[in-house]
Amino acid sequence: MSLLLAFSTALLFSLGTYLLLQRRLSRLIVGLGLMGHGANLLLLLSGGRRGVAPFIGATKGERVADPMPQALALTAIVISFGVTAFLLALAFRSWQLTGDDLVEDDVEDRRIAGALAALADEEVADIEAMAAAGADAEAGGPALGEEDGP
Amino acid sequence: MRVLLPLPVVVPLIAAGISMAFARQRNVQRAVGALAFVITTGASIAMLVDVDRHGPSAAFMGGWSAPVGISLVADRFSALMLVVASPVLLAVLVFAMGQPGTEQEQPSFHPVYLVLAAGVGLSFLTGDLFNLFVAFEMMLTASYILITLGGRRDQVQSGMTYVIINLVASTLFVVLLALLYASLGTVNMADLAVRMHTVPEGVRVAFALLMFVVFGIKAAVFPLFFWLPDSYPTAPTPITAVFAGLLTKVGVYCLIRTQTLIVLPGDRIGGFILVIAGITMVVGVLGAIAQDDVKRILSFHIVSQIGYMVLGLGLFTVAGIAAAILYVVNQVVLKSTLLLVGGLVDHAAGSTRLASIGGVARRYPLLGWMFLLPALSLAGIPPFSGFVAKLSVVQAGLSAEEWAVVAVSLVVSVLTLFSMSKIWAGAFWGEVELVAEPDDATSVRFGGTLPMLLATGGLVVASLGLAVAAGPVFGYCQRAAADLLDPAAYVRAVLR
Repeated sequence: MSLLLAFSTALLFSLGTYLLLQRRLSRLIVGLGLMGHGANLLLLLSGGRRGVAPFIGATKGERVADPMPQALALTAIVISFGVTAFLLALAFRSWQLTGDDLVEDDVEDRRIAGALAALADEEVADIEAMAAAGADAEAGGPALGEEDGP
Repeated sequence: MRVLLPLPVVVPLIAAGISMAFARQRNVQRAVGALAFVITTGASIAMLVDVDRHGPSAAFMGGWSAPVGISLVADRFSALMLVVASPVLLAVLVFAMGQPGTEQEQPSFHPVYLVLAAGVGLSFLTGDLFNLFVAFEMMLTASYILITLGGRRDQVQSGMTYVIINLVASTLFVVLLALLYASLGTVNMADLAVRMHTVPEGVRVAFALLMFVVFGIKAAVFPLFFWLPDSYPTAPTPITAVFAGLLTKVGVYCLIRTQTLIVLPGDRIGGFILVIAGITMVVGVLGAIAQDDVKRILSFHIVSQIGYMVLGLGLFTVAGIAAAILYVVNQVVLKSTLLLVGGLVDHAAGSTRLASIGGVARRYPLLGWMFLLPALSLAGIPPFSGFVAKLSVVQAGLSAEEWAVVAVSLVVSVLTLFSMSKIWAGAFWGEVELVAEPDDATSVRFGGTLPMLLATGGLVVASLGLAVAAGPVFGYCQRAAADLLDPAAYVRAVLR
């Protein structure tokens, strides 16, 4: 039973990680949810072997389950429920604003990329201008058409 | 004494409830918020005095003693953090009251801000790793709301990054808790420290690393810092200031606490931490140099300065950790101040882009002074408090003979001064160039409304006071560091 749970934990984590690397917000959120479930399952597993419900006076010397990880997992589930609700609201707001659920490019990255592209364009323009000037000098005349030559 | 322990958590939470009930009466909300922080400041100071005199003390919630129940523990380190955090929270709240925008438009600002404060207080006080997780979630959920309050497009976009990275960190935290519980059968920090020697060495080092990653994401160390400069600047100024001043420092606090208490002396990953510290400093400051917006430059500086604190921790000597604690205290005040000044510049000049503003110091000399003093302090110029903190880190590094990382820290310090002078030259010097002018009388004369100026001025004075009182404060930090490296008293207080 524990082995099965351990494998399910691994599966949940791998699926969650895969989805987390996607570009669509909806998939990110599902991925986070799966990873959260994986973590909670791991927490449950950390209590060791299974046993009967640990109520004082209700057990007759059988092995009882460790109630502590269950309490912890319950808390973690409640928290992740609340936060996921918030995240969904945020994703909805993002969809309202952009009409799409693709994660947008980072503004700063785009600005730097734009600046680099502009710089590259300038350089290309400079090189073209220089080449043109050089060709003019070689041809010994101002007319651009002359460099076509024979 | 034990009565005081829950106050920094309970008072803001009760105040948040009251504040929620009076959502339409802004003045009631303001009075409740301010009063809550005055009470927590008083309680923290009383706690600090008591803890310094009588040693760590613990309180157990719900009548269950440790390790089963939830324990709140105050020692020198946590009491000091509370004493610094509460007045900063108050100052930022006062600033928010004076700033047109968020606080005045959003009835939910006050309750959420108070919950954030309760989460910060609980993170400092808790003696239980799972309860620390709950404290983090309280603090983070409040911060998710604050960072997206208003729901503008850029806020939603950067808020999304912030929420997702923090959720991944929280998931890792749960994994850490599960693995710790599976191998040691407890999540109480003092109990973990006692039982840690029962597992093999490889597992212990893996725990040390996993804890470093979990809290490293919160503290924004390299390479886990990328979310911070993207998400912080888009939030309204008071919120950025409190995040910059407190949230990352809560991460650093947890790093120092767990790496000294739970990790056994033989398993410490000092060399690894020093390398991370060096890279964090360099990458942060280079990022700052490349930026051209006041708030973004300051956000990258948060990352860079975290490196110094982590450096102090990585030395694992009393001098090193004392320096790290002094640095944290110093940065809480300085970073909040600088970001509030950034907010004042935004208010007075209509923008924080260096290209579009200029001559702020000529038009508003008061703002110039309020930026200059903490900026010089941040760069480590004597006689300011930043110099004292940097000096103590460098001295600790030299006495531990870690030459390389000390050299890096000195170079980074020069680069910090360079990027501060970039802000100074871009925004404060030169021809007066303003995008928009504020419309109320006080702002036209001084550059900000009265509460904004009072809050920022108060923090500037506090940072100067930290330089004047450097001797006693550093002495206290040394005692706190000695406690951290020899946690016997802490463990005794919890597991009586």
